[in-house]
Amino acid sequence: MIASNLPALQVVIPLLSAPLALMLRRGTHSWVLAQLVCIAALAISINLLQTVLATGPISYEMGGWAPPWGIEYYVDAVNAFVLLIVSGIGTIVMLAARTSVAKEIAGDKQSLFYTAYLLCLTGLLGITITGDAFNIFVFLEISSLSTYILISLGRDRRALTAAFQYLIMGTIGATFILIGVGMLYMSTGTLNILDLAERLQPLSDSRTVQAGFAFVAVGVSLKLALFPLHLWLPNAYAYAPSIASAFLAATATKVAVYVMLRFFFTVFGVDFSFEVMPLGIILAILAILAIFVGSAVAIFQDNVKRLLAYSSVAQIGYMILGISFATVTGLTAAILHLFNHALMKGGLFLALAAVFYRTGGVSVAHFRGLGKTMPWTMFAVVIGGLSLIGVPLTVGFVSKWYLVLGALELGYWWIALLVLAGSLLAVIYVWKLVEAAYFQTAEGDAASVREAPLSLLVPAWILIGANIYFGIDTSLTTGVARTAAASLLGIGG
Amino acid sequence: MSTTLGLYNYWIVIFLMMVGFYVVIAHGNLIKKIVGLNIFQTSVFILYITMGKVADGAAPILDDSVTSYSNPLPHVLILTAIVVGVATTALALALIVRIKEEYGTIEEDEIHSQDESL
Repeated sequence: MIASNLPALQVVIPLLSAPLALMLRRGTHSWVLAQLVCIAALAISINLLQTVLATGPISYEMGGWAPPWGIEYYVDAVNAFVLLIVSGIGTIVMLAARTSVAKEIAGDKQSLFYTAYLLCLTGLLGITITGDAFNIFVFLEISSLSTYILISLGRDRRALTAAFQYLIMGTIGATFILIGVGMLYMSTGTLNILDLAERLQPLSDSRTVQAGFAFVAVGVSLKLALFPLHLWLPNAYAYAPSIASAFLAATATKVAVYVMLRFFFTVFGVDFSFEVMPLGIILAILAILAIFVGSAVAIFQDNVKRLLAYSSVAQIGYMILGISFATVTGLTAAILHLFNHALMKGGLFLALAAVFYRTGGVSVAHFRGLGKTMPWTMFAVVIGGLSLIGVPLTVGFVSKWYLVLGALELGYWWIALLVLAGSLLAVIYVWKLVEAAYFQTAEGDAASVREAPLSLLVPAWILIGANIYFGIDTSLTTGVARTAAASLLGIGG
Repeated sequence: MSTTLGLYNYWIVIFLMMVGFYVVIAHGNLIKKIVGLNIFQTSVFILYITMGKVADGAAPILDDSVTSYSNPLPHVLILTAIVVGVATTALALALIVRIKEEYGTIEEDEIHSQDESL
C-alpha cells in the first residue's frame, strides 16, 4: 500500500508538513519536524532510485485517473537521480539549519523559515517527479514563491530588494513557460509529457510548436540563470540567510536544468531541438560566455557569497555546455555536474554559514587569518574550492573530464581548451580566499575567533567529504548519469 | 474569416502582453512594476481561455440537444494560474511594504542610490 504510493508521498509529505511547521511556532520544534520530513523524503528518493534502476520507469496515476487524462507522476533514471540530489542536499543542509537559523533569524520568524523551506522542497521535488507539463508550472511557482520568502528573510535590507528583483524575473520566466506549454496544448490537446512527445513528432513544421519551444527555452533559461539571464542570482544568493543560500545554490538551479533536459530531450526530442531549431549552437555560445563572464566577475567580488554566486553562473555554463553537445557523453557530463556541483556549492555555502556564524560577515576581509582560527572550516573551503577548479581526486575533475571527453568526441578541441581555460579563472578566485585565510593575519577581535560548532562543521564536512568520495569512486554516479543520459536520448540503456 | 479580425482575441493577447512587459521593464516604481506584471499575466489568461473556445461550441454542460462543446480544460488550468498570480501579487506587495519601511521609498533609482548593488 505505502510502497505503491511512494511517488505521491514524495511530494505530499513535505507539502502537508509545511503548515504543521508553522503551527508549531517554536523554531526548534519546527526544525525537528522539518528534519524528520527531509529524512523521509530522502528515504523515499533512495527507494525510488533503486526501484527505477532495478525494474525500469515507474508510472503513478494521481488519484487513480489514467494518463493522459489524469496527472501522471513519472519516475525514470533522470528524475530519480535529481530527486535524490534535492532531498539529499535538503536533509544535510537541514542538519546545519538549527544553529545557523537561530543566529541569523529572529525567534518569531524561525518557524516561518522552516515552513518556506519545506514548501520550497515540495515545489522542487514536485517539478522533478511530475509527468505533466502544466503541473511543472504549478510546482515551479510553489518553489519560486517560497524561495522569495526564504531570500527576503536575510538580515541585510538588500535581501528585500534582491527578493523583489527575483520575484519579477522569476514570474516572467514562469509565465513564459506557461505560454509555451499553452502553445503545445493548442497544437496537441495534451499536457502529459510522454503523450506530448508522441504527438509532437509529426508537428515539427508547425509555427505554433516552434514558438512554444522558444517560449519554454527562454523561460527555463531564466529560471536556471543561464547567462545573460542570470542577473537575479548573485544578489539573491548573497543576501539570503546562509542556510537558504546553501539549499538554493545546491538544488534550485539544478531542478531548472532538469526541466530543460526534460523539455528539450523528452518532450521535443533531440531531432527537433537540435536540428529543426538551432539550439545546440545557441546554448554552446551562451554556456561559454557564462563560464568566462561568470568566473571573471567572480574574481572581483569582495562579498564571498556573491563570489560563489557568480561562480555558480559559470558552473551552470559547464552543465549547459554538456547539454549543447546532445551526445551521450555530453549529457553524462551535464547530469554528473548537476550532482557534483550540488555537492561543491552545498559544502561551500555551509562552510560560509560557519564563517558567518563566528565572524558575523562573509567579505574577503573576514577570512583573514581563518586558516589559524577556524582550521577545519577553512580546510573545507579549500577542498570545495579545489573541486570547483576541477583538481583530480575531487568530483569537479570527474565532470570536467567527461565534458572535455564529450567535446573531443565531436572534434571540438577548441571547446575543450576553453573549458580548461575557464578552470584557470576558478584558480584565481579560489586563491583569493586561500591567500586571505592563510597568508594574512587577523587583527583585533577577529584574532580570537573560535572554530565553528560541530552542528555546522559536520554537515559541511559530509558534503565536502562526498566531494572526495565521489571523486575517487566514480562508478555509482557515472553509472547512473550514463543510464540517465542514454534514456534521455532514447537509446536503450 | 480573415486573420486580422477573426483572430482578434490573439491580437488583444499580444497587445496586453507587450504592454505589461514594457511596464515591468520601463517603470522604476515598484508598484507600477507589479501592475505591469499583472497585465502581462492577464494576457496569458486570455490566451488560454481563447484556445478553449470551439467554434459554435456550447458551454461544457452535458445536454442532449448539444453536439459540440467548448473545451473546459484550459479554463480550469487558468483558474490555477490566476490563483498563482494572486499569490505572487500578494507576496510582491508585502515585499514592497517591507522595502518602504527599510528604505523610505519605492522608487528603484532612489533605492539604488542608497545601496550600491541592486
